This record gives sequence, structure tokens and C-alpha cells, in this order.
Amino acid sequence: MAENQGVLVYLEHREGKLLPIALEGLGAGRRLADTLGQRLSCVAIGSNIAQLASQAIAAGADRVYLMDSPELADYQPDIYLALMGQLVAEARPQVIIMGHTDTGREIAPRLAFRFGTVAVTDCVELNIDNTSGRLLATKPVYGGNALAVFSTDTDPQVVTVRTKAMAPAVPNASRQGEVITPAYKVEPSVVRARIVRRVLAESAGVKLEDAAVVVAGGRGIGGAEGFKQLEDLARLLKGAIGASRPPCDSGWISDTAQVGLTGKIIAPELYIAVAISGSSQHMSGCSGARTIVAINKDREANIFRHARFGVVGDWKKVLPAFTAKVKELLAS
Amino acid sequence: MNIIVCVKQVIDPEAPPSSFRIDPATNRAEMRGANPVIDPYGEYAVEAALRLKDAGGAKVTVISLGSNLLREVVKKPLAMGADELILLEDAAYDGGDSYSTALALAAAIKKIGQYDLILCGREASDTNAGQVGAGVAEILSLPCVTLAKRLEAGAGNLVVERVTSAGYDVVEVGLPAVITISNEIGEPRYPTVKGIMAAKKKEPLVWKPTDLGLDASRLGSAGRKVKLLRLYQPVYEGRCEFVEGQTPEEAGANLAIKLREAKVI
Repeated sequence: MAENQGVLVYLEHREGKLLPIALEGLGAGRRLADTLGQRLSCVAIGSNIAQLASQAIAAGADRVYLMDSPELADYQPDIYLALMGQLVAEARPQVIIMGHTDTGREIAPRLAFRFGTVAVTDCVELNIDNTSGRLLATKPVYGGNALAVFSTDTDPQVVTVRTKAMAPAVPNASRQGEVITPAYKVEPSVVRARIVRRVLAESAGVKLEDAAVVVAGGRGIGGAEGFKQLEDLARLLKGAIGASRPPCDSGWISDTAQVGLTGKIIAPELYIAVAISGSSQHMSGCSGARTIVAINKDREANIFRHARFGVVGDWKKVLPAFTAKVKELLAS
Repeated sequence: MNIIVCVKQVIDPEAPPSSFRIDPATNRAEMRGANPVIDPYGEYAVEAALRLKDAGGAKVTVISLGSNLLREVVKKPLAMGADELILLEDAAYDGGDSYSTALALAAAIKKIGQYDLILCGREASDTNAGQVGAGVAEILSLPCVTLAKRLEAGAGNLVVERVTSAGYDVVEVGLPAVITISNEIGEPRYPTVKGIMAAKKKEPLVWKPTDLGLDASRLGSAGRKVKLLRLYQPVYEGRCEFVEGQTPEEAGANLAIKLREAKVI
């Protein structure tokens, strides 16, 4: 039995373009492949996606597998998983990188089990061990209270990477690579859980993932009414609104506003945390922000360990004055 | 409907981060001064099962795996309204990864025999891996839907709303199936006094590796596929500059001035 070789990156894409997580996967994959002295391959599944090949090659791929067919237009996890299984059985990569996204979270663990192993999910750092040549995968555990480094002797070594944790590939249009259309079989019978409808949550204004400024509220906000005040500030700063888990669980704000380990992982320029204690699980979602500003009544709150600027006080008194002053300063 | 819920005993994830400590000798973590709890994500799975029970009747069996399982902790799902508790309790189950844990749970589920639905939390709050549900599904060749926020039983199938970053997907799945439950499903119920009394009287079944027909070499730390090389706490600088004022309002205004000076806004 031939040994597994090379690194394979799963490419996420939308409207003919690679998504940032795909470029981050390729960036990490290129680095690992260079260290191993092996090939970097990638795979895209979808319909009408031929134009992705040149983007992936420019971003470092030596080989692009395209599974391009009208019947693959809509994401069905069971089909995509089966296709990944077929490709991995054929290409036998040593390392498989997916994003820790809706897709990667769902597919990577099942793919790993199909090859008799487990994935390491939500990695924030990937390296190759100098001696063993095996992958060292670092991921947050205990809700972000700790980091763990994992390694396995079993191939393929499957990982999902956290959004914005890996340096993205810098495209270079002069790079060369090959495009392969692998043989594959779409068997409708593999679909046992079928997505019948995709529902998009309405979000007014700037998207949380893309916002340069995020104003977020925590349990201490106390209700939906309080989030209205945060929205005023967000609007003023052309930012988006976010929240820790308790306000989402309590229905004060949409679930899609949740920032944290089990919500969105964001990296805005400015993150204003209001009445958020800063649990590790929440900080996992926002610690990539350039500047964190915190307003909290408890000086010992964990959020102040991460914040660059802070005010200790009741947000109900601090925030309106802060917002008013911001308005005044922006106008001048 | 027969529902099986897999729930784990963990160190309390809601304890303040300052009480978190790692014992470097054993690579194990603890929350100083806080008792272990039922994993909150697993608790959402128990809640999901109980809602189906409320809606159409169901027998809810809970499985917990580990060693030194505190009865008052692992019995919480019974107090919430679950019907049976099975403990896979033995030193051999200890220190596993998602692989060896899923293997043992799948064997226990097979032994139970009658099941329409298997529910797990979306991930455990200690390992944050999110793989055991998927693994159980693969081992038992069952369909799998992850990150559910709503379940509705149909005729021989289940309609699941799966949380996505943009909203949610509506997924139809035939039974039996494995579903992992996300916190968006809503707050788990509190145990009632009656439930607590009933749980006290109920003795869990305890299944050893031999009961599952599994060799100890495939379980726990011996059966791991992924090795933990290092566990450590990241260090934060804690360089927060506190902005003061005579009143909270003044502090708020001063904060705006400070951010302007620092060119943050």
C-alpha cells in the first residue's frame, strides 16, 4: 500500500470566487506542503466553477480537482461528503484542510471517521513536527481557556481551521498548476438527510463578519430594549451589532449576532464590548479584533484582560454619554 | 419514539476563567472551587429530547461515559424528565478522544437496540471537538444532521432546522438518525422537585467494556487516534488602560475622547 502524500485543501466558494477561508486554507496548505516537500492540491465542488482553478493556482495550488456539474449546484452534505470520500480514497492525501465553517464542521469529522480516524477541529495553528514529519494541530479547548496541540499517526490527518486564524495565500498570477477533472459518481441514494430549504436571516446594515466596527452586548444589557441603544452607537460608527451567547439564548437579539466559539469568529478593527464579562468562549470569537474596548461594572471581569481601553461602571450611565461624545467628535 | 441522548460530565465551563488551572503532570484541567456539571451542550440535547417527549410521547434514555461519574451530576437529565440512565463507567473509558468515545457509545446504543433518534450536544464544552455525534452516525451507518436548533417529528422522518452562519437550513431526515443539538434550541428546563425525588430513587445501569463486547485496548486513552502532546494556557498581557471620571457619564465621555486621541475612532 502506497503511503499517503501531499496536502489537500477543500475550497469554499461563492458566485465564482474563492471565499477568504479558501485562501486561508491554501495559505496554510502551501506552507505545510513546502515543509513536507510535497504537492499542494485542492478540490472545489459545485456547478459552473471552472474559473476557480486559476484563482486556486495563483493562490498556491499545484493541482486543482474540479467536480463541476449542474447537479452539484446546491450543497447537500451527504453528496459532498461522498464525493470527498471518493477523492480522498483515490488521491490519498496525507493532510486534509477544511474551514471550520458550516460545511467543514459538518463534513470533516464524518470524512475522518470514514477513513478510520478523527479530525482536529477549529485549529488556530498548524505546523509540521521536524522529527516525525507529522502535523502538529493546535486548537482551543475548554471553551478557549486552554490550547491543545494534537498529532496523529493515522493518515489522512484531517483538520478544520478557524476563520481568520491562518495567513491567507497571496495570489501570484504567474504560478503554474494542473487542473484535473476526477472521475466521480453522484449516487442520489447516499442522501439521507436532505436540505430542502435555506433560510437567510434578515440583517439590516453592515454584516457582522465584514464590519470594521462591532458593538456587542452581553447578559448585563438585560433585554431587547438595551440593544436598541447599542444599535444607535453601531450606526454612528457604521458598524454592526454583536452579542455574547446569553442575549441570543434569551431572544433579545437574533442568533446570527452571536460572537464566540459557537457563533461567529470575527476580527474587526474595533470591538466595543458592553456589559460582557468576557468568558473564554466569547473571547474565542472576538480576540482577533485590533482594539477591544470594554464597559463593565466589574473591574475584575475577564473582558478587561483582553481590552485595550475600559471604563468600570454601569453601562446604562456610561454608554449614552459615550455615544453622545462620539457623535460630537465625529461631527467636528 | 425511543430517544437516546449522550451527555458528558465536565468541569464547569461557566466558572470564572480565573479559576481554570491545568495540572501539567497529568495534562488535565480543573476549575478550582467549582463542582463538575453536566455538559451544557448535552443539556440542550436533553431538552430537545424532552420537548419531543412532551409533544408526542417518547422514552428518553441517557448515556454518560467516563470514570468517577458523580451520581448527583449525571442524574440531572433524569431529574429534568428523562426515563433511563446508562453509565459507561470504568477506568478503561477514561482519557479517550472522539474516536474511542464514539466507538463505546455506538456499542452501547447497539446494545440498547431500540432507537429512533440519537441526540448529542453540538460539541462538549471541554474538548470543543464536535465529532462524537458524527462518529456515532458513521459507526452505526446512520444519517446525521449537526447543529440543530429545532426538531419536529413527522411520519417516519424528522424535520430539523440546522443553524448556519447566515440563518438556518431546513433538513429532512429519515429515522433512525443522529442529530447534534446547538444552544439556539433555547434554555433547558430546570428539574422539578418531583423530578429530583424520582431521580434520587432511580439507579442507573452501569455497563463495563465486557458488557459492550469491546476490548479495553480500543477504549479510552488506549483507543485514541489523536494524541494530546501539550495542553497550556495562553497568556494575555492585560494592558487595559482604565478611563476614569467623576461620574459614570464623565467616564463615558472621556472614553470617547481617549479613543479619538488614540485614533481608534
